[in-house]
Amino acid sequence: MQRFSAFALVKHALSGHQRWQPQWRDATPKPAYDAVIVGGGGHGLGAAYYLAKEHGLRNIAVLEKGWIGGGNTGRNTTIIRSNYLFDESAALYDHALKLWEGLSQDINYNVMFSQRGVLMLAHNVHDEQSFKRHIHANRLNGVDNEWLTPAQAKEFCPPLNISSNMRHPVLGAALQRRAGTARHDAVAWGYARAADALGVDIIQNCEVTAIHRDAFGHVSGVATSRGEIATRKIGVSAAGNSSVMMGMAGLRMPLESFPLQALVSEPIKPIFPCVVMSNTIHAYMSQSDKGELVIGAGTDAYTSYTQRGALHISAHTLEAICELFPDFRRMRMLRNWGGIVDVTPDRSPIIAKTPVPGLYVNCGWGTGGFKATPGAAHLFAWTIARDEPHAINAPFNLERFARGMLIDEAAAAAVAH
Amino acid sequence: MLLITCPFCGPRPELEFGYAGEAHVVRAQDPREVSDLQWTEYLYQRSNVRGVHAERWRHAHGCAQFFNALRDTTTDHFVATYRIGEPRPDAAVEAGR
Amino acid sequence: MSQNFRLPTGGRVNRAKTINFTFDGRRMSGLEGDTLASALLANGEHLAGRSFKYHRPRGILSAGAEEPNALVGVGADEGHYSPNLRATQVELFEGLVAESQNRSPSLRYDWAGVNNLIWRFIPAGFYYKTFMWPRGAWTKFFEPRIRAMAGLGRAPRAPDATTYAQRYAHCDVLVVGAGPAGLAAALAAVQGGQRVILCDEQNELGGSLLSETDAAIDGIPAVRWLSETIAQLRSAGSVQILTRTTAFGYFPHNMLGLVERLTDHLPGAASGPRERLWQVRAKQVVLAAGEIERPLVFPDNDRPGIMLAGAARIYASRYGVKPGQRAVIVTAHDSAYRAALALYQAGVGIAAIADVRANPQGGWVDLARKAGLPVRAGCTITGTSGRLRVTGADLAPLAADGTVGASERVSCDLLLMSGGFTPSVHLFSQSRGKLVYDEALGAFVPGAPAEDCWVAGACRGVSLLSEVLADGFAKGASAARAAGGGPVPARSFATTQAPATGGGFAGALPHGKNPASVRAFVDFQNDSTAKDIKLAISEGLRSIEHIKRYTTTGMATDQGKISNMNALGIATDVLARPIAQIGTTTFRMPYTPTTFGVFAGYARGDLFDTVRRTPVHHWAQAQGAVFEDVSLWKRARYFPLPGEDMHQAVARECRAVRAAAGIFDASTLGKIEVVGPDAAEFLNRMYVNAWSKLKPGRLRYGLLLREDGFILDDGVIGRMSDECFHVTTTTGGAARVLTMMEDYRQTEFPELKVWLTSTTEQWAVIALQGPKAREILAPFVEGADISHAAMPHMSVVECRVAGVPARLFRVSFTGELGFEINVPADYGRAVWEAIFAAGQPAGLVAYGTETMHVLRAEKGYIIVGQETDGTVTPDDAGLSWAIGKAKPDFVGKRALARAGMGEGVQRKQLVGLLTDDPQVVLEEGAQLVADPAQPPPMTMLGHVTSSYWSATLNRSMALALVKNGRARIGETLHVPMPGRVIRVTITGPVFYDAEGIKLDG
Repeated sequence: MQRFSAFALVKHALSGHQRWQPQWRDATPKPAYDAVIVGGGGHGLGAAYYLAKEHGLRNIAVLEKGWIGGGNTGRNTTIIRSNYLFDESAALYDHALKLWEGLSQDINYNVMFSQRGVLMLAHNVHDEQSFKRHIHANRLNGVDNEWLTPAQAKEFCPPLNISSNMRHPVLGAALQRRAGTARHDAVAWGYARAADALGVDIIQNCEVTAIHRDAFGHVSGVATSRGEIATRKIGVSAAGNSSVMMGMAGLRMPLESFPLQALVSEPIKPIFPCVVMSNTIHAYMSQSDKGELVIGAGTDAYTSYTQRGALHISAHTLEAICELFPDFRRMRMLRNWGGIVDVTPDRSPIIAKTPVPGLYVNCGWGTGGFKATPGAAHLFAWTIARDEPHAINAPFNLERFARGMLIDEAAAAAVAH
Repeated sequence: MLLITCPFCGPRPELEFGYAGEAHVVRAQDPREVSDLQWTEYLYQRSNVRGVHAERWRHAHGCAQFFNALRDTTTDHFVATYRIGEPRPDAAVEAGR
Repeated sequence: MSQNFRLPTGGRVNRAKTINFTFDGRRMSGLEGDTLASALLANGEHLAGRSFKYHRPRGILSAGAEEPNALVGVGADEGHYSPNLRATQVELFEGLVAESQNRSPSLRYDWAGVNNLIWRFIPAGFYYKTFMWPRGAWTKFFEPRIRAMAGLGRAPRAPDATTYAQRYAHCDVLVVGAGPAGLAAALAAVQGGQRVILCDEQNELGGSLLSETDAAIDGIPAVRWLSETIAQLRSAGSVQILTRTTAFGYFPHNMLGLVERLTDHLPGAASGPRERLWQVRAKQVVLAAGEIERPLVFPDNDRPGIMLAGAARIYASRYGVKPGQRAVIVTAHDSAYRAALALYQAGVGIAAIADVRANPQGGWVDLARKAGLPVRAGCTITGTSGRLRVTGADLAPLAADGTVGASERVSCDLLLMSGGFTPSVHLFSQSRGKLVYDEALGAFVPGAPAEDCWVAGACRGVSLLSEVLADGFAKGASAARAAGGGPVPARSFATTQAPATGGGFAGALPHGKNPASVRAFVDFQNDSTAKDIKLAISEGLRSIEHIKRYTTTGMATDQGKISNMNALGIATDVLARPIAQIGTTTFRMPYTPTTFGVFAGYARGDLFDTVRRTPVHHWAQAQGAVFEDVSLWKRARYFPLPGEDMHQAVARECRAVRAAAGIFDASTLGKIEVVGPDAAEFLNRMYVNAWSKLKPGRLRYGLLLREDGFILDDGVIGRMSDECFHVTTTTGGAARVLTMMEDYRQTEFPELKVWLTSTTEQWAVIALQGPKAREILAPFVEGADISHAAMPHMSVVECRVAGVPARLFRVSFTGELGFEINVPADYGRAVWEAIFAAGQPAGLVAYGTETMHVLRAEKGYIIVGQETDGTVTPDDAGLSWAIGKAKPDFVGKRALARAGMGEGVQRKQLVGLLTDDPQVVLEEGAQLVADPAQPPPMTMLGHVTSSYWSATLNRSMALALVKNGRARIGETLHVPMPGRVIRVTITGPVFYDAEGIKLDG
């Protein structure tokens, strides 16, 4: 792997940048692999990287039906945080956050992890109670999260409207300073490059059409649009398409796939220093390094694989943005797009073995998959390599639904009485 | 915004409706008789179809009735809507539409 | 500055009306009918902006929505300031204030232009390769500097001073674009008897006809045909014409989003909304969106004074502006010859027409040659000169094998280019219609539609005026027929024979120079070059989406309108794969940038969200109550006397209720009337409790679970008669509970004869609580005996209270003797005021939700959503007693039998907490541990759900959910807080009157 550095940039400038190697090979499928990852997003590419780096597997393929990073990895609003309520969730997301903190150096690719802080707004007494419960639990779990008064919130984010006359006034905010954003494409490309350097085959335009099993029920390979591939380990990391993929192995999943929209404004000079989230009135915003205001909306009501949401959903979010940040009302939407998010009944993910031997799944991230990318990939690789979960992802199994041992982050954020 | 044909009221904009999840998920007549796994299936497992999906909607800001619909989740176009209790329009009808 | 470049005649500008404006503080003038761009050009100004990355000086490239360079900030004050507007679309008005962007200190001298000197070190994606060391330096050092450099305009510095409107509309045929195709389509649709909406983004209808100076249609000049056609459409009565209206989005089921700009073109403080959002549901849609000219990609193709050929023609013919004195034209398409002729006729010297094609032929070429214009066939351009304005073009012969000969510098102050035209398929693609690559045309054109839509004219590659008109008419007729209209006979349009055009080029022109040493721009605004695209591909980013993301090509504010096809052309060369295989990037809404405010519309301030107020709201407001938001309701939280804070007010209210009486507005409780012969059986199946044996006139606490066994809602339910129950729900849960009940009623238990009606808004609910409640209430009650013997705790009677029909509940959420008086909402305030006045001598006080919370917590009564969070079972909450054990089934029963729900699992249970120090009030949400010395992550045993100062107990108290809590009663646990640890003792959850004696007064 050609090492990336400022020195390398200067050196290549002298040759007109004509000697850069491909960041990853355009691999063609081999007949067999030790492990196959289905899905070339950040989670899948990262899993391949950690399998190769930490578990000694080198004969690995990542199969991507389109282009890598083209699914939810390249469609999200890049918010990264770990201030989740339950111990299991905090451990999972903070594992990811710690990996984020060294990721650029680890994979020698600047993923632009920017710890600019994520501010979550409280708009009523119930929000306040809920956020404080999070803050206390986070503190004892060693996860940073602090309460800000409205004035402190405005100091942290000057465009914020903290007028008490708002329909849903800002009563305070929870701030995680270690939280922030990263450059989504770079995560996919950086993992792809690092995995490729360890021998992983990254195979694009390769759609899996069937999962094969042997006489004992163990997985034996996959059929793809580019031919048959034999393998004894399949890791499905297909986000919105997880139900479809697992259906190929005869498994029904506790998942529903919904459209989730995001949008950006035209680029402007720096004005917005952090990330602001309001779950109560459905607005999520940061400003990209390019200057665009990056805004996340809520999910649509119905399941869909169209990668597009309804206008009234994004309009609803812009209503909230314009109230919270009235200076931005004249800003303009430049581009709107949609992803497909796979949602579990308890809004917590599944990183687990499945009832089919040799088949592993990493899914159910709903609207929060990007932030977990390195952590999920790392734990998924562990689970695939050892055929057993790491202690951190052990609670995020498939059996929890039958046993009633849910990790209900949605409920924890609950509803007003 | 989808245009949804309520079987009682006719075509109306999506804003009048509430989505109510997959259709034909049967609650056991006597839940005591089913296993934990079967109950889990009822509670949580969903077909999450990529293609024609049988689903429930409620005309919440209209006649308030629940009804079923077949919708292609790859296009969001409806194939049919039908009343609760009516059988799912068969495959031939689906293909013909 | 005078308009030195204004032609003496011609165009659609009003020479009688001069308009004054400023640009970067310089006073200039233009004419009515100008855009800011045409006015700048009339003043000889091409330099209008700086590019995103290299801060290169840039001029006006186009005359329309695709403009990537001439972006300006417009607004005389911050409340009316908008960044990033295209000067080509900003209509000139008196007093307009515009400023250039992305430059410091000025457009001419921009210190960030230094980026243009170090370009070799910052190719596409350079930031992925560096700025990684030391760890943390990205956030603290590099990123802030890069961010400061990035961005184009600036955000407004004050809230928007204008308003926005929204409207829904239906029509038979929506026609998008009012050029010749759209107008003809509208004519046909009207003839077919259809209701039509015709919209166009420009200030007047006509599209390309607005700059059509040569052709005649049906024997009359095109401009006259245009005005007659518009008049005909206006008089038809069935056409809604929307100008300045952009169709920005195509949504499922033929809904389109349109934005109509209402006031931005008007001087002074215009009244009324600034923009209006139209959401149009059309039976049929005709897309007649036209086409966009492509630039050519050659070294230094971005200097001010370099323009699209078609744009130059529009400035001359529509705005009467001469864009330069001496022009060089470089082209791969015949239409540039037409532009050359038009400019020539306007007095612009034509230094050369360099055509990269070896043997250009056709009507316009012949006309140019006949006019004596210097046509150089087989000629390419290898570079340009000039800094703030182009001064010369380097033209060189181009051999058939692609080799480039020696170049010759041709001086000019205007360089026009044309790579042909790209059909505007944006909306068609948004609708999920398939695009197909047309080899002959060299463009993607609409294939099979996904919605009920038709595509007409240039946006499907038709270019000859007569054919465009005929195509538009035919599609309009088809749309009308499909929408249910009558047949419309085909119509042809006779036009004076304008020559056909052809040609086109996508990609980078050969230039024969060392590719490492030149930059040929593809995406002008984002400064991505042909070399950047090649770099991306050589680095393995081969998908067009990867190329786009790595180089940012097509991600500028024109969203690739200018750049996409050329990027594809370069990619197809490098990858040696046909364009059709590479495919295009996805088109996304909006077509052009669309104001946030117009989406938000009326939802601002108090209209942002519904406000629900109780009948007693205004009384409470007059009393000085402090309100809290509970779901959409405003609830009185406490009633402070002058000088009191919340703590003091709540302590006073609590003492009054316990000692005398309090009155509380419980109107926000959800209420559902459950009626029918099977009403009791229905409730049996919904709630955990048994209802069959509840006698009419009695109340019972009802607990409702989700099907997964966790508590969803609770409330007191009264049996009014054998077949009628008065169900109450939590304030926030009302709609959710009714929807759930309806779901089960309609879909699971359709055999039950039962009907549900929401009565939340029908009843005002006045809670009267305290030992003196009965004596205060008694004088108001007619038709019922409310003595303890006749009306025990948990009973209900129908009677009159203060002369008003009432359902009177004997119920307590405070632990005191209590009543809840349900009266018709319209009488709520009158009854409230009567009781409040009568109770004064007895010491009656009004109390709010905060006191309600304290009093119920003293009794260990839960609040759903506070003691529960969707993970709490009835047993966890200590409510197993409520479950009707003999019932075969109820919602949630089966789930409770699962392994994780009951015995053998250390579930969190509701308990009470008393701090060792009675003065310390715990924080709600605080966590409980056994070992406060454990380092993080600590083992947390539970959390505080409710915590208050209890005036009754004269100490603090709290409720908590604690793992295995009931077995821990008496144990000491710890609450680690920042800087201190609070010791607590686990108790039962009831702190006050555990025997329940006070319930009877």
